[in-house]
Amino acid sequence: MLDIPLRDYFRETRLFNRRVLVVVLGVAVLTVLLLARLVYLQVINYSHYATLSQENRINPVPIPPVRGLILDRHGVVLAENYSMFTLEIIPEQVDDMEALLKQLAKLVQLKDTDIRNFKKLLRRRARFESLPLRTHLSDEEAARVAIQRPFLNGVELHARLQRRYPLHGLAVHALGYVGRISEKEQQEVDKSIYRGVDHIGKLGVERGYEIPLLGKVGIKKVEINAHGRVVRTVERLPPRAGKHLHLNLDARLQAVAEQALGKQRGAVVALEPATGAVLGFASTPVYDPNAFVNGIDSESYQALLQDPDKPLINRALNGLYSPGSTIKPFLGLAGLESGKIKADDTITCPGWFRLPGDRHLFRDWKKRGHGTVDLQKGIVESCDVYFYTLARTLGIDAMERFLGSLGFGGLTGIDLPGESRGLVPSPEWKKTRGEPWYPGETVMTGIGQGPFLVTPLQLATTVAMLANGGIRMQPRLVRALEDPGTHKISEIRPQVMKKLELANPEHLQAIIEAMVQVVHGDTGTARRIRWGAKFTIAGKTGTSQVKSIAQGETYKEEETPERLRDHALFIAFAPAESPRIAVAVIVENGGQGSRAAAPIARKVMDYYLLKQEPG
Amino acid sequence: MPQQLSPYQRWHLDKPLLTGVLILSGVSLLILYSADAQGLRIILAQAARLAVGLLIMVAIAQLRPETLARWTPYIYLTGLALLAVVLIVGAITKGAQRWLDLYIIRFQPSELMKLGVPLMVAWYFSDRNLPPGLRHILVAAGIILLPVLLVAIQPDLGTALMIMAAGAGAIFLAGMRWYMILGVLATVAAAAPLVWTYFMHDYQRRRVLTLFDPESDPLGTGYHTIQSMIAVGSGGFFGKGWNNSSQALLEFLPESSTDFVFAVYAEEFGLLGTLVLVSVYLFLFGRGMLIATYAQDTYSRLLAGSLSLTFFLYFFVNIGMVTGILPVVGVPLPIISYGGSSIVTILAGFGILMSIHTHRRIVQF
Repeated sequence: MLDIPLRDYFRETRLFNRRVLVVVLGVAVLTVLLLARLVYLQVINYSHYATLSQENRINPVPIPPVRGLILDRHGVVLAENYSMFTLEIIPEQVDDMEALLKQLAKLVQLKDTDIRNFKKLLRRRARFESLPLRTHLSDEEAARVAIQRPFLNGVELHARLQRRYPLHGLAVHALGYVGRISEKEQQEVDKSIYRGVDHIGKLGVERGYEIPLLGKVGIKKVEINAHGRVVRTVERLPPRAGKHLHLNLDARLQAVAEQALGKQRGAVVALEPATGAVLGFASTPVYDPNAFVNGIDSESYQALLQDPDKPLINRALNGLYSPGSTIKPFLGLAGLESGKIKADDTITCPGWFRLPGDRHLFRDWKKRGHGTVDLQKGIVESCDVYFYTLARTLGIDAMERFLGSLGFGGLTGIDLPGESRGLVPSPEWKKTRGEPWYPGETVMTGIGQGPFLVTPLQLATTVAMLANGGIRMQPRLVRALEDPGTHKISEIRPQVMKKLELANPEHLQAIIEAMVQVVHGDTGTARRIRWGAKFTIAGKTGTSQVKSIAQGETYKEEETPERLRDHALFIAFAPAESPRIAVAVIVENGGQGSRAAAPIARKVMDYYLLKQEPG
Repeated sequence: MPQQLSPYQRWHLDKPLLTGVLILSGVSLLILYSADAQGLRIILAQAARLAVGLLIMVAIAQLRPETLARWTPYIYLTGLALLAVVLIVGAITKGAQRWLDLYIIRFQPSELMKLGVPLMVAWYFSDRNLPPGLRHILVAAGIILLPVLLVAIQPDLGTALMIMAAGAGAIFLAGMRWYMILGVLATVAAAAPLVWTYFMHDYQRRRVLTLFDPESDPLGTGYHTIQSMIAVGSGGFFGKGWNNSSQALLEFLPESSTDFVFAVYAEEFGLLGTLVLVSVYLFLFGRGMLIATYAQDTYSRLLAGSLSLTFFLYFFVNIGMVTGILPVVGVPLPIISYGGSSIVTILAGFGILMSIHTHRRIVQF
């Protein structure tokens, strides 16, 4: 037995050749596998991958549309756009954000608030969205950034259109403003129409007409590389600019109203009775909407919130006040229409009123009383006892029904978002609060006090309704929309909200006659504004006991007694024969309506009817 | 006798191998021109490397296999030493270190080992009886695993596996018995979970996992695979044409001139082009195996066989990776991919094949 050390050359060759064969077979199998894979990718799934490849190169980039302008009835620009440079960052393309911010701080002025705001945006951004770091770059700053731009990954310099309100606070409560789309809004809005858009109407007309103002986003199909850089534009679908809004509002009239209100807190709403056109819509104090466009800094915002005059509250739309004596013409009409009283029915006013079987005295504002009072005298001298009696005669249900049909306690339908309804008290309403209705409350409703609440806008629409023969029009701030491309103007037709079916048109005439006497009669409560009037005014004064106004704000103890004074109210229209303007004025803590509110209405009417600005 | 030598014979060149290599070199320059957005910089650099590689190939072809055999242990030991140096330098600079900066050229010792290991295994078996016994198999396994481990902890798993494949190919061709092979495979299968858990880096595990579901991480590990599959697939049957690889031009395809160059090729030349390319690679592999069967001694046979097999495996792994059937391991497409070390290694391998084939003693009966 030998352990053979000899090599069997042929055996080894055969072995090797067999192994080579195995290797070749293995290679053949692997090759078939590869070929199968290639066929799978390049033939079977060709269209799938071709599509993906196409999507890779073509990226749709939104082109934000230009927001429509807002113009007053004479073409005065109230909201416009201007171009400015913004410095923006695409966070995905930045390796080291802190280092980049430091680098940028050398090129442009960066305040702490800029960086803070940017980081706030950073936390809630969408992918590949560019976030603004600084707006309003000076030309020099823009140039510095532009030069360094190739070395700053993820930094973009944009010339963006920015909303501007050239008249600042004028009519801010009507116009509202635009601001950055908030997180909440982002979830609510239709994302497809806001692609590339980062501002949205927040309040007022800007919000109410958001869709026409916005326009339509355009799309630029660009070929991009994997870094998101645009190689070339393939196709361009231009954006459609937003519609220009032509307002019914008269900026001069608005200025007259705001100046007349001055430093007082209050509201003026002026309407064209026949159409419902809102000629003026003032709420003071005002604030500058420009501060809100790119996000107001928190100190300024706190200052506005904590201002005791509450400038952010839209008093014309949301301020809730007891109508006081301004309700009397309406209740007078209710009485005539009910058939329960006649215009020449009289009562005797001793200066007080008492419900049978009750000791409580309801006092008249005139302690000595008005003597014998008919409807006209009741309105002209604002006799409380007459209306206490009338209220009892009518009963709360009839009053509530009639006032409701005039529009009190409901929406006027104005083209502004968020109007308040006010409140006409009723036994049902009290029942929902688990309280009984007292007969005394019916009496107080007769002079517009108690829980009765109206907004200045409601007062204006209802007095305009009287002026318009009982037809209540929808109050409209916007008169027409203009297509910025074709300049085609589409007027918005006046809309009838309610037609009062009067039993006798003379009833309304009697009320209007009484309101004329309020101003022009020798005993009228508003007679001080008749001097020099070149037209007939029908009006009614009122004072409203101080209540908390909307949003649950209460006057605080430390505030001066001035704030506990009555609110002054005045409603009017003119010329009485063929009314062209109806006005409601409220001056908070102004005292008597005749002194504080009526002159403001007169100034507004003078301007509108005579184009005479107050000297 | 030596009066009638052709230039091929005189220069110890193998005409089929040379032809294949030159075709691939041409394809390389053609596709790199496109992959690098018609830039000349890369193709000039690649042309220079190809030239150096071809010179080295020709130079090696002049050596007699016996000379190469004599040098083999030194080549292997030098390679090991350099791998150790790289690791130490890497430990000092704290980072994956694969390169040895020789100031004039940067050099990857692991590339040297792609040749060093098959050389050494073939040398070890050259004067032993075949099929080898268990003891010799174990020694050969040691020869392979030592450098493999050194490369694997760099970490460069792809290269480590390719080195292992080259050595294993040589052992297989040497006639390792099937029961042993099955035993090894069983052991590997059993050890795989352990390797997965304890020896693989996170990024390596992710690469394997994304292979099964590239969409799970489309912007991370799966990105390469998805983009290269899009490139290959969108090429279709005829391709988009030269210089029309949008995936590369628009930079969606990463590594478009190095490891993923095949995707660019497939996008531009379609299935038709890829079939041609596969044929060229198979032709080179087949020629190599033929040379192995013509070889007259164990050393030459094993060396030629394992070099040819490794050449095919590089090709297979690269295309497998690009088409999404293998994980993304950094294996370049032989000769075509942009990159110096790999080209030199591959062409040196072809030099060895030519040397083996042209220095046969023609025995005529």
